[in-house]
Amino acid sequence: MLGYIVRRLFLMMITLFGISIVIFFLLRIVPGNIVDILFDAAGFVDPADKASIERSLGIDQPLVLQYLHWIGGLLHGDLGYSYVSEKPALEEILPRIPITARLAALALLFSASIGIPLGVLSAVNQGTKLDYVLRVVSLSGLSLPSFWLGLLILMAGVAMFGSIPIFNPNPQTFGEMFSTYCLPSLAVAFRSSALTMRITRSSMLEILRQDYIRTARAKGASEASVNFHHALKNAILPVITVVGIEAAFLIGGLIVTETVFNVPGVARFLVEAIRWRDYPIVQNLVMLIAVVVVVTNFTVDMLYAVFDPRIRYTD
Amino acid sequence: MVTINYDSELRRAGANANTFWRKAGFFARRYVLGTVGLVIMALFVFAAVFADLICFYSPLTVDSAHALAPPSAQHWMGTDSFGRDVFARIIHGARISLAVGIGSTTLGGIFGIIIGLASGYLSGWVDLVFQRVTDILQALPLLVLALVMTAALGPSLPNVIVAIAIPLIPIVARVIRANTLALREQPFVEAAKSIGMSEMRIALRHVLPNTLAPLIVLATAQLGSTILTEASLSFLGLGIPEPYPSWGRMLSESAAEYVRTAPWLVIFPGIAISLAVFGTNLFGDALRDILDPRQRG
Repeated sequence: MLGYIVRRLFLMMITLFGISIVIFFLLRIVPGNIVDILFDAAGFVDPADKASIERSLGIDQPLVLQYLHWIGGLLHGDLGYSYVSEKPALEEILPRIPITARLAALALLFSASIGIPLGVLSAVNQGTKLDYVLRVVSLSGLSLPSFWLGLLILMAGVAMFGSIPIFNPNPQTFGEMFSTYCLPSLAVAFRSSALTMRITRSSMLEILRQDYIRTARAKGASEASVNFHHALKNAILPVITVVGIEAAFLIGGLIVTETVFNVPGVARFLVEAIRWRDYPIVQNLVMLIAVVVVVTNFTVDMLYAVFDPRIRYTD
Repeated sequence: MVTINYDSELRRAGANANTFWRKAGFFARRYVLGTVGLVIMALFVFAAVFADLICFYSPLTVDSAHALAPPSAQHWMGTDSFGRDVFARIIHGARISLAVGIGSTTLGGIFGIIIGLASGYLSGWVDLVFQRVTDILQALPLLVLALVMTAALGPSLPNVIVAIAIPLIPIVARVIRANTLALREQPFVEAAKSIGMSEMRIALRHVLPNTLAPLIVLATAQLGSTILTEASLSFLGLGIPEPYPSWGRMLSESAAEYVRTAPWLVIFPGIAISLAVFGTNLFGDALRDILDPRQRG
């Protein structure tokens, strides 16, 4: 087990290292850096000025040196400076993390509390009209773009209250909290709850066919006890394993939803930084996302062994 | 005592379906949702192919006198802030969605097949390298990778197709690799080896055709997500550039400020995206049931 964990941690390091290389060079394969953009916008180019700005930003150095500089700083907790605000990247990124984390946690909560019960309901009533309706609803959940859902929510807000909910960093009342955090996370969660529901359903169907379910029924256990005590307890494991996939799913959803609701979180910041070619911000944010996804997957795999004693990782 | 009417049972099971139309009718009854999906997909392909014949207006003609007109008999879905006909833009937008959907699924599929086959068939260090590359590509959400790719390549239709195709490669490669590993141990591969077939020929003639069913299932499932990703990219302003009528782009122009004043600019493009993706998802589900019954839910 320990050997396995060490091996996994090692592979995680390699993956993250690979991502850093891919992102760093991908962002720089196109000609044109922020200085070019600024000078294009200004319409006047003095080569000496340009060169001095490039030197001060460090983008006149060879790419490999720039890369080593970034990675070296990263290992010491120095993420470099934002080109746009000229503040340390860490200072720009850190305050935005709690906002996105809250949204993501709420969205996961919604997604599990809607998706799992509906998935069970759908599996238990397999082949009935209810199952049919629930399957169509979950498929439509996978088909609606979350930014459109967000826009529809805004539209409903206009219809009901006559105004668009504005992001409030320090919500005081319940209503403010609801419009600040719950509405955007609902827009994201609809899609991932559909995914949770589909996985719960197919995993439940698998379990309901097992012999021990028939035994439980034969000994006279109530329907509810069979479904929830015997079946769901075993069916929930595959649902947990996809939390890693859901995390990736959620981040994709948050990027567009934070843009729709104007939430100053990490995900919207990534889009802004990409538009501005603010490399230090983009590469650090992408690394942050990669770390979140990779660590989530690792944790889920480890949790799997904890919850299911039959699974022993050996090497 | 239950009497079985063999005749009607056989008919129900599709035994008499010997002409094309009867077979089609049988499938339509057996897979109702899949058929609905197929019809929706056919509608979108029709719209994309005959876009010029369907619309009275050009999707690009600016008519500022009629800007932001609500839906009416002339403009079925209203006009946008430049006075362009929304209906025409949505119908023409089907072309872009279809091009991105088919283009990036095919591109990602081809590279995924090559990498998956090579990885599963050759194993050894080739496999090891490909596995790590797949890990790297899969550690990033599809949209994040596509965002960085379009940012790097610049916004244009071919670049968007490439940017969306690359995250698909590891997904396809994983499936093909797993299938190849299982197929490699099959007796028919051994038989082919024993009569002296080359490895390349075995891989292409015997292994690849046997992985086609899961591949088709996967490709249809991914079609919807490529359309959604294109819409998200364009919505964020990093996908298809103006003035081309991309559904996602139409929503970004109309976003927050038009929610209040011109709801038709928000509603119709969103319906178009959702319906197209819904159709491919319905069809993909039915296709999975038919081609890959082990996965049936």
